[in-house]
Amino acid sequence: MSPRYEPITGRYLNCTLLGESHRLYVEEAGQGIPLLCLHTAGADGRQFRGLMNDERITKSFRIIAFDMPWHGKSSPPAGWQDREYQLTSRDYVDLIVGVADALELDRPVTMGCSIGGRIVLHLAHEKPERFRALIGLETAAFTAPYYDLSWLNRPDVHGGMVSAGVVSGLVAPTAPSEGRWETLWHYMQSGPGVFKGDLHFYMIDGDIRARLDKIDIKRCPLFLLTGEYDYSCTAEGTLEVAKRTGATATIMKDLGHFPMSENPEKFNGYLLPVLDKIRAL
Amino acid sequence: MLDAIARLVNSDAGLVRRGRFVDTTFLIAIDDADALIRIQEGRVTKVTQGPFITPDYAFALRASREVWEKFWQPLPPFGFTDIFALVKQKLMRVEGDIHPFMANLLYFKDVIAAPRRETKR
Repeated sequence: MSPRYEPITGRYLNCTLLGESHRLYVEEAGQGIPLLCLHTAGADGRQFRGLMNDERITKSFRIIAFDMPWHGKSSPPAGWQDREYQLTSRDYVDLIVGVADALELDRPVTMGCSIGGRIVLHLAHEKPERFRALIGLETAAFTAPYYDLSWLNRPDVHGGMVSAGVVSGLVAPTAPSEGRWETLWHYMQSGPGVFKGDLHFYMIDGDIRARLDKIDIKRCPLFLLTGEYDYSCTAEGTLEVAKRTGATATIMKDLGHFPMSENPEKFNGYLLPVLDKIRAL
Repeated sequence: MLDAIARLVNSDAGLVRRGRFVDTTFLIAIDDADALIRIQEGRVTKVTQGPFITPDYAFALRASREVWEKFWQPLPPFGFTDIFALVKQKLMRVEGDIHPFMANLLYFKDVIAAPRRETKR
């Protein structure tokens, strides 16, 4: 019997991002329109394995998920031990465009979740010409901090366990147990302070409320999908973005903040019609 | 709702294992009705109903009866599924020395949600 490999391949990409040398881990599957996927804060590209294993998607889309620097199997930059990781809007936009360039992608569709769902709004505002379409999962223009973030990185609390503990309630209560706990496992494996560093963008620096009205979806179509149980990026927050930008928004039943990894089958059912629309553009 | 919490937690071997290093007492306030929950090696060893004159506990979770009742439904409505969802909406206060709570967050979330399994019956 031949080995039962999944159709996903993983490779390491050497590139320069934000003026520094980086070694990024990149996974991809499928062929056709490039679909660049952005994982949530403190997680990595494994969240998208449910898409990459779905032939209905991979027959028309080349799905690419990279682990952001510091995340997953991507290395932090040299000298990381003497600094604190902190993601800003500016760096996040430059990082995504830099990775798309390094991969030589021509106007990829870009889909991000949570921090990724926020940054697609920044991309829509600043770089619409670089993308064929943008998909925001769990998108809100801003989320204020609702707990003390310093708990996420201190030596007397296990950073992976507290991060998983914080996000556990964002998974839909109706999610299958396997999807819930796989999603949490990714959080448990995060490097020290990485989730906290991402939340600097999510809860402090990445507020785009004042610029929503400047997003022109005629320059780059924008689609929003949000799980009904997400209390961090709420359905209300997503619908507000849709109202102010004209984006198409769908609230997804029985899903939470991590739709693609907590319940891939259910999520793909919501994503496929969006991808059909993008193919027809 | 707290009457069954010891049985529900202690009969869940996975949950007890997750909390095997927890040794603390915390307070649950339902409106003004206080209860102290004693945890040792992940097991609930004592539940004491108030009122108390000088309660001794590490941390407290305080919410109205209406909020707790929604939180303890087998499938709570949106916004009531998680302690942090309540905190975000300012429907619950978590106060005191919250170090044991944060250091064992996955454990405490399931301990505090345990009565949901009782309401299912």
